[in-house]
Amino acid sequence: MARSQALEVQEKKELVSKEEKTVPARYYVPTTDIYETEDALTLVMEMPGVDKQAVDVNVENDVLRVEARIDFSKYEGLEPLYTEYNIGYFARSFTLSNKIDQQQISAQLDDGVLTLTLKKTKEALLRRIPVS
Amino acid sequence: MAMLSDPFDALLEFQQTLDMYRTSSWLGAGLSSGGAYPPLNVFRKGDDIVVIIEVPGVRKADLQIQVKDNTIRIAGAKSVRYGDNVALHRRERRAGSFDRAITVPVEIDVDRVTAECRDGMLALFLPRAERDKPKSITVR
Repeated sequence: MARSQALEVQEKKELVSKEEKTVPARYYVPTTDIYETEDALTLVMEMPGVDKQAVDVNVENDVLRVEARIDFSKYEGLEPLYTEYNIGYFARSFTLSNKIDQQQISAQLDDGVLTLTLKKTKEALLRRIPVS
Repeated sequence: MAMLSDPFDALLEFQQTLDMYRTSSWLGAGLSSGGAYPPLNVFRKGDDIVVIIEVPGVRKADLQIQVKDNTIRIAGAKSVRYGDNVALHRRERRAGSFDRAITVPVEIDVDRVTAECRDGMLALFLPRAERDKPKSITVR
């Protein structure tokens, strides 16, 4: 196996939303990968420090919205000495095409990484035509 | 840290405090080689030091922590996997290996160091060595 590449720090991107948040705290955009398989679209989002209970995923008007909160009470009693990153809630939304079956979205969270699997509608599935 | 009655105000205040320490020289020349990944925050908790590191997508088994004197080494690898036959639409996550060491300017009790990894956050608890703690002098 080739030597793996050294990782570099990706600066967290602050959320710039069209709609404004009503809370004064800063939100960040989770780093996201999107890939498509034959029957589904998968979104993989990094949200370190987020617990399963603190993730909200909802679909409204064809927009998939993900919002995640961190439990910042864990920082109580800690006094910063040196910092390299900031913490905050995560939010990001995606517009869904009509090829996605909005009733069949599943989510899983492991090691601070949220994986959303969006099944495609029957109509959008690849049809193979047998050649006789 | 003072907790306000409104948790949202408290978060913003904490975010601003964290930003203030971005230029902190606390680690100073002690910042060792090995690149800047993973990003870490250093806190003081009473006499002890707590280092909180963001490692989303890194499995516990892939992390290696070593302590010698007051230097801590954090090494590991992060893999990003896609299945076979996939079409990639967006690729922001990065995979690779890391090896970073930091030297803290206090003496650590190496035997009592603990590490915890949960939800992509690694926390290192570095208790300050008893003999390094300041002694109170009674004024007569």
